Amino acid sequence: MTTATLEDRERRKAWGFVAPAFIWTLAFFVVPFVYMVAMSLWSRQGRDIVRAWNLDNYARFLTEGALLKGLTNSLEITLTVTALSVLLAYPLAWIIAERVPKRWQRMALILAILPFWTSYVVRSYSWLLVLSKGGVINQALLGIGLISEPLELASNRTATVIGFVHFFVMLLTLTIYSNLIQLSPNYRRAAADLGANGFQTFRHVILPLTLPGIMTGAFLTFVLCIGDYITPQILGGNNELVLPQIIMLQIGRRADFPMAAALSIILMLAVTVAYIACARWLKIERA
Amino acid sequence: MARPGETRSSDITFPAGGVRRLLASLASWLYLAALYVFIFLPVAVLVLFSFQDGRLPVPPFNGFSLQWYEAVFADGKLMAALGNSLLVAILSSLVACLLGFLAAYALARYRLPGSALMRGLLIAPMTVSYLIIALGLLVVLNALQVPLSLWTVGIGHVVINLPLCFAIIYASMGDHHVNIERAARDLGASDIKVMALVTAPMLMPSIMAAFFLSITFSWDEFIIAFLLSRFEVTLPVEIWSMLRSGLNPKTNAIGSLVFLASIVVLVVLELALFGRSRKT
Repeated sequence: MTTATLEDRERRKAWGFVAPAFIWTLAFFVVPFVYMVAMSLWSRQGRDIVRAWNLDNYARFLTEGALLKGLTNSLEITLTVTALSVLLAYPLAWIIAERVPKRWQRMALILAILPFWTSYVVRSYSWLLVLSKGGVINQALLGIGLISEPLELASNRTATVIGFVHFFVMLLTLTIYSNLIQLSPNYRRAAADLGANGFQTFRHVILPLTLPGIMTGAFLTFVLCIGDYITPQILGGNNELVLPQIIMLQIGRRADFPMAAALSIILMLAVTVAYIACARWLKIERA
Repeated sequence: MARPGETRSSDITFPAGGVRRLLASLASWLYLAALYVFIFLPVAVLVLFSFQDGRLPVPPFNGFSLQWYEAVFADGKLMAALGNSLLVAILSSLVACLLGFLAAYALARYRLPGSALMRGLLIAPMTVSYLIIALGLLVVLNALQVPLSLWTVGIGHVVINLPLCFAIIYASMGDHHVNIERAARDLGASDIKVMALVTAPMLMPSIMAAFFLSITFSWDEFIIAFLLSRFEVTLPVEIWSMLRSGLNPKTNAIGSLVFLASIVVLVVLELALFGRSRKT
């Protein structure tokens, strides 16, 4: 009897400690999210938001070319960025872990991710300095006489991809490096003892062992990239809008919050699909 | 007996593996150099042309000048935004750490029904894009007719940093601390006292890590700050509005200053938090 009340009291105290975080998350995350889902089923008429429940926004998304194009642009750019970043970052992490002498490794890694700590907005802007018509690359090419007219390197999809890859190469180098140095050297020794050459060891031993880490990093890249508004807005120009840019257009210029809400839900679904694909793949790999 | 000339020729013809290894090593160093150039090119250009003596932050470099740094410090709006950013970052990180710590303590130390669900709920905002979190808050605040301000930005930043703080602190609450807490309780300390005087000091490294990571995220966060503020804005939003004027050495100067500040914070953190643990 007394133990029960004591336990009750303890439990109530514990809930008291969790309550602030719980209420905060509920009030400022769960409720807004549910409200947004509801809103995606309403519509905007004139300047008012009409609370008539229907799927019009989602139907419009599927039928209006410009909106659907936003999703395909987003997916194309994000998949390109994710693949390129992994392909560039893996060798870099590998060289730092394998070729750079132990005492310099920490230094080499810190250097490789140093620009990570510039402001995100400024980092995209600094690529404008490199890629724009008067920028460093054009001036250099003009200077050595390779071109006679400056090239349009910014304000297109390539510039967006470059800006993204720059950011995610740093992120992935960090995660893949920490993955690589955790591998016991015994794996490599065993593979060599069994007659594998350098490439075979990499292909059949090192790569499979680091794949789960790569997939986690790739998923993180996917999520951050597909939800980002800044880099495409600064570097991408106005021709190929990605989904976050279209969402921002609905909020800003058109004040069509129901449509913005619906597009956000679609963005979330894309991330969820990627998550399920990654999780399933990892499970298959482990089995 | 080998004549000197013969040994020489055998020296020149490397065994095939040796040549390949040399080439592979050369290729590695070239790759490393190329990637470092890629990674540093924009930052180097940013910093170099912040000292530009002229109106355009692109080549040719006309000469060294500090005029754009003077312009930054003379810009009242920019300085106000910097102060706002610091305020929002510190306050929201404090709240996120405090709420995260309390929740982590309760969920790690007490057996509660549904605690797995609670953990999942507290971590959930981490899996959602900032844009979506911002939009959700915006529509609710609009519906309730709450005016946008630095406070609403701070609320949003606690939402994104609370999962982080909770996860970091929860992960560091090992069982080996339980006995020390029990001892304190046996000696008559209240729960609050145990938490403040025993648990928190033991977990200080991870609490500090959570706090500084939160500050970094809040400090650099754009989309929530952009959508949830109106008249008073944070630094990334102010820099964003500077971008409308196109390429401008003043933007380079403020960008370089932010970069410098982050590096100073990093070095301090490295020395204060991680330097100590490496020595032991």
